[in-house]
Amino acid sequence: MAAEAGKVDPMHQFTIEPLFGTEGWQLAGYHIPFTNSALWMALASLLMLVFVAGGMKRQLVPGRWQMAVESFTGFIDGLLAANVGPAGKKYVPYMFTLFMFILFANFLGLLPLGVVGLHAFTFTSHFSATGVLAVVTFAIVIIVGFAKHGFHFFSLFVPHGTPLVMIPLIFCVELISFLVRPFSLGLRLFVAMMAGHVLLEVLSSFVISTGNANIGLFAIAGLPSFVLMVGICALELLVAGIQAYVFALLTCVYLNDAENLH
Amino acid sequence: MPQIAQLGEFYASQIFWLVVFFGLAFFIVGRGMVPKVMDTVAHRDKQISDDFAAAEQARREADVQEEAWRARENARRAEAQGVIAEARSKAALATEGRLAETQRGLDAKIAAAEARIAEALAAASAEIENVATDAARDVVARVAGIAVDDGAARVAVKEKLAHG
Repeated sequence: MAAEAGKVDPMHQFTIEPLFGTEGWQLAGYHIPFTNSALWMALASLLMLVFVAGGMKRQLVPGRWQMAVESFTGFIDGLLAANVGPAGKKYVPYMFTLFMFILFANFLGLLPLGVVGLHAFTFTSHFSATGVLAVVTFAIVIIVGFAKHGFHFFSLFVPHGTPLVMIPLIFCVELISFLVRPFSLGLRLFVAMMAGHVLLEVLSSFVISTGNANIGLFAIAGLPSFVLMVGICALELLVAGIQAYVFALLTCVYLNDAENLH
Repeated sequence: MPQIAQLGEFYASQIFWLVVFFGLAFFIVGRGMVPKVMDTVAHRDKQISDDFAAAEQARREADVQEEAWRARENARRAEAQGVIAEARSKAALATEGRLAETQRGLDAKIAAAEARIAEALAAASAEIENVATDAARDVVARVAGIAVDDGAARVAVKEKLAHG
């Protein structure tokens, strides 16, 4: 973590490193080592699998675990029903996977594994990962939109009641706002996760360097930073949940555009 | 910023493994497990609503039965009232009959008694008449020395008794 002795590089935590000697892995000419990022993707998937599998007892009167899983599926189902309507039912598997994948990724990245010598990695703090999720969502929106409405899908860019003379301008504005969606979707998650982790790292560097300097400096700068870190950790847990929710919610809104136009 | 600095080196790895693990999660968890969980929830919701419907049905049935029972009970009560009224009127009639009969018996007894009284009265008055006749004949025989026959004496006595 320390780039130089006594100095903390807040960006070092985002470094991707190939693991288990897989640097040389290639697929069709592309370099695909199994990195720490891929490991945490695997862990997020695995955790989701374990979590949902634990709720598969299918009891009529659910236990705690089954209740938890059912409340998550119910939450996604409700989100789609509220934003897309009855047509949203078929997106539940995708939305559930998306939401839980991001949620577990965000929470796993906040685990205090540094205490036991491991390093948690938040792959949602990489736009190369969030971008893929955003592009997948955007691709589904476009495919569903054109498959369902054909060229009528372009009417999405002309809101009802637009004066005739304004149509070309509004069309361009709406088109741009539509095309920006995958970027805003992917970047929002990436920026929120990265910012929180950088903030925690910067505050921790204050604690460490003032602690190493002298007790007086530690008392006026290090200790308040530490207290602030505790609060920001709680805030980050909230942000982890909110960002997963926002990603899922916006996906719902976009899917609604594709399903129902407006 | 490793996100940008390492982009060229690792973008393919990031995309590839994300697609792999997200795809696995989607097909195993999203497509395989989530529908079953939702089925369980839907099944439970259906069972609950069915149970509610059954309970509602049972309640309505109970209401109907209670209504029938009430009607039956009312009919029985009315019937019982009728029986009671009939018995009462029968009893009243019987009482009346017995009273009338007793009254008749009493009337007959009173009439007989009155007849006996009248008879006794007549007998008594005849006896008085006889005695008076005998006495009058004796008195006349003794005082006037005339032997009055029984018929004449009786006429005289009767005349006297009638006039007081």
